[in-house]
Amino acid sequence: MTLTIQFSDITKWIHETLNASMSPGWALFSEFVLAGVAMILLVVVLAVLFVYMERKVAGFMQLRLGPHRVGPWGTMQVFADVFKLLLKESFAPFTVDKFLFNFAPILVLAVAFMAMAPISFAPGLQLWDMNIGILYVTAVSSIGVIGILMAGWSSNNKYSLLGAMRSGAQIVSYELSAGLSLVAVIAMCGSLSISDIIASQADGWWIFKGHLPIMFAFVVYVIAGTAETNRAPFDLAEAESELTAGYHTEFSGMQFGMFYLTEYINMAVISMVATTVFLGGWLPFHIYGFDAFNNVMNFIPSWIWFFGKTFFIIFLMMWFRWTFPRLRIDQLLKLEWKYLLPLSIINVVIVAFLVVMGWHF
Amino acid sequence: MGAASIIILLFCGVTFAVLAIGVGKFFGLSSMNPEKGQPYECGIETQGVTWVQFNVGYYLFSLVFLVFDVEIIFLYPWATVLKDLGMIAFVEILLFTLFLFMGLLYAYKKKALAWM
Repeated sequence: MTLTIQFSDITKWIHETLNASMSPGWALFSEFVLAGVAMILLVVVLAVLFVYMERKVAGFMQLRLGPHRVGPWGTMQVFADVFKLLLKESFAPFTVDKFLFNFAPILVLAVAFMAMAPISFAPGLQLWDMNIGILYVTAVSSIGVIGILMAGWSSNNKYSLLGAMRSGAQIVSYELSAGLSLVAVIAMCGSLSISDIIASQADGWWIFKGHLPIMFAFVVYVIAGTAETNRAPFDLAEAESELTAGYHTEFSGMQFGMFYLTEYINMAVISMVATTVFLGGWLPFHIYGFDAFNNVMNFIPSWIWFFGKTFFIIFLMMWFRWTFPRLRIDQLLKLEWKYLLPLSIINVVIVAFLVVMGWHF
Repeated sequence: MGAASIIILLFCGVTFAVLAIGVGKFFGLSSMNPEKGQPYECGIETQGVTWVQFNVGYYLFSLVFLVFDVEIIFLYPWATVLKDLGMIAFVEILLFTLFLFMGLLYAYKKKALAWM
């Protein structure tokens, strides 16, 4: 029995008060509006935190301070940047394909939002607990590549087109090993629903109780996730020194801002899925038979666990960025097709063998 | 909240993007001159057309991707019922992946996976 308020209680309370004060139709409508506003707020707050964290981490890794002039410890820097972006001119060159050029930033952002639907942030804090949650996230987040190709092609700029084509080849390739490493966990747990996957980890996270194959799958998933979000060392799509800014070279002002925001939302979705599938979602860290420690861990609210793990994986991605040099396109494709993909397929077969023999927990 | 959540999120994403871009267009200054309308190529005038035929290497990769993506879609339902079906499902998937592995080896041998 804990004294903390559960999120399911809050949502239930909102549901009941709304239904008590107005007709069911209006209550449902206002719930939808509340959910939408909450998701927008969550995304904006996460993006602001990620941008600040990215710059601070980059700073400290290079023995600099990072932003520190605007506000205490530079915390207002992100807001200053957003206002600067708002006041910038949104300009399209005369040669672009107008419709696709204006549509691409909206598409990528909408798709990134949609991928958040089945993710469980805390017990009871989930928009839709669908029975194909993981499949839905992988399916929807792969639509984003169409937006990137659209942006690159419609810009009528050689840098943009090259960046978009590279990005397409890269995202499409790394989706395979990301999907296969998720299959490894699904075979062990036997469900695609996010709440079932979290519930199956109550006696230990999959990364600990899944033997070596799941650890391997986690490593592959983080690598593939880094590649899917076009982040260094896989940032060939926007390699500054070769392609200026890749597929968003011609975008400016808030249209560029949408691509920037989408990159961070995609990072968040990737690390939230990794957290849910491998690191136990919002479940606390437990050591079997060590009750005093477990009780202390239980006391920490579940949403802190969830976002703590998410931020840890994001930190890993930022660490990669300042550790590894950028790959060449042939090295990138070789890494996926000649190493990660065959190894992931073998890994799935090993996991299937473990499951069939009953050697998993 | 059910299936409506997807519509809500789609609506949120589109509204947020349209609003942000609209506000940006409203507050942002705008100026026009013929030089500014050219595609950005580091100050050099662009040569020829951009929308040309592209390297076939990308196409080969997307073909191989299609094969394996369909394979993974088959693996998802298989993985959910693996525990109940037991050994038969394992043997089946062993054969299935074996054939696909041969496909990968074939693509490798035909140099479809080599860049350029």
